Amino acid sequence: MRERHTAQDARRAREFDVFVAGAAGRLLHTATLLTAEDPHDNPRARHLLTPALAHTYACWDRLRGEDPYDRTRQHLATRFARGAWHQYGSLGVLGRSRPPRPGALARLSPQERLILVLRLYEGVAEEQAAALLGLSQERVRAICERAVTNLLHPPRGSAPATIGPKMVPS
Amino acid sequence: MNQPRREDAVRRILQAPTPSVPPELYADVLRRGGRMLRRRRVVHRALWLLLFAAVVAFVLWALTVQPWVVPPSETTPPLTDW
Repeated sequence: MRERHTAQDARRAREFDVFVAGAAGRLLHTATLLTAEDPHDNPRARHLLTPALAHTYACWDRLRGEDPYDRTRQHLATRFARGAWHQYGSLGVLGRSRPPRPGALARLSPQERLILVLRLYEGVAEEQAAALLGLSQERVRAICERAVTNLLHPPRGSAPATIGPKMVPS
Repeated sequence: MNQPRREDAVRRILQAPTPSVPPELYADVLRRGGRMLRRRRVVHRALWLLLFAAVVAFVLWALTVQPWVVPPSETTPPLTDW
């Protein structure tokens, strides 16, 4: 029993090490896009990514051929959705009254950012994104289009501040 | 601007500089993941133990009480015409 666990632990550690070496950079980038932080100062993104990766590590022996990257991304997205929608309300309206952060993505609401990043950066299919977030497919498409429009043609008066106050990690 | 070109423009924005992964992140993940795994194992073991204890308790109770045996009748018809 003990030996079996030790061998399993060693194998898991080896495989997980390879996985993290390959995927952590991209996942951290995704998390940083979600939190709209500066790429070199992203405490919230790390707070988001660490439990997601830890969860994947804990589930590693029971993945049964499922893609660990996919699993981590799902966990990341649902955690962000829960956290963001609890924090800012479901429409993300209050999110805009927070101190402005640098970056083009900061002017989008958390929900718009999440769907935009899932669809266009991660290339998740519309149906999968809808199923993951518990929204209808039409809603996901509408939010994605709105996010693209807001990102490319920012509405007047909400231009992001380039020199904002330092973001306090929450 | 049509839809694919707009999406390409957004993709270019999203490709912005990639953050470097801090070295302590991996250690942190291993620590938390290991803790989750150990906790899960303990819960698993405790649940199996509970199931085993319940089965043993049930078997012992069944052997002592023997609920399948029809209890001897306590009421006898009154004998009047003897």
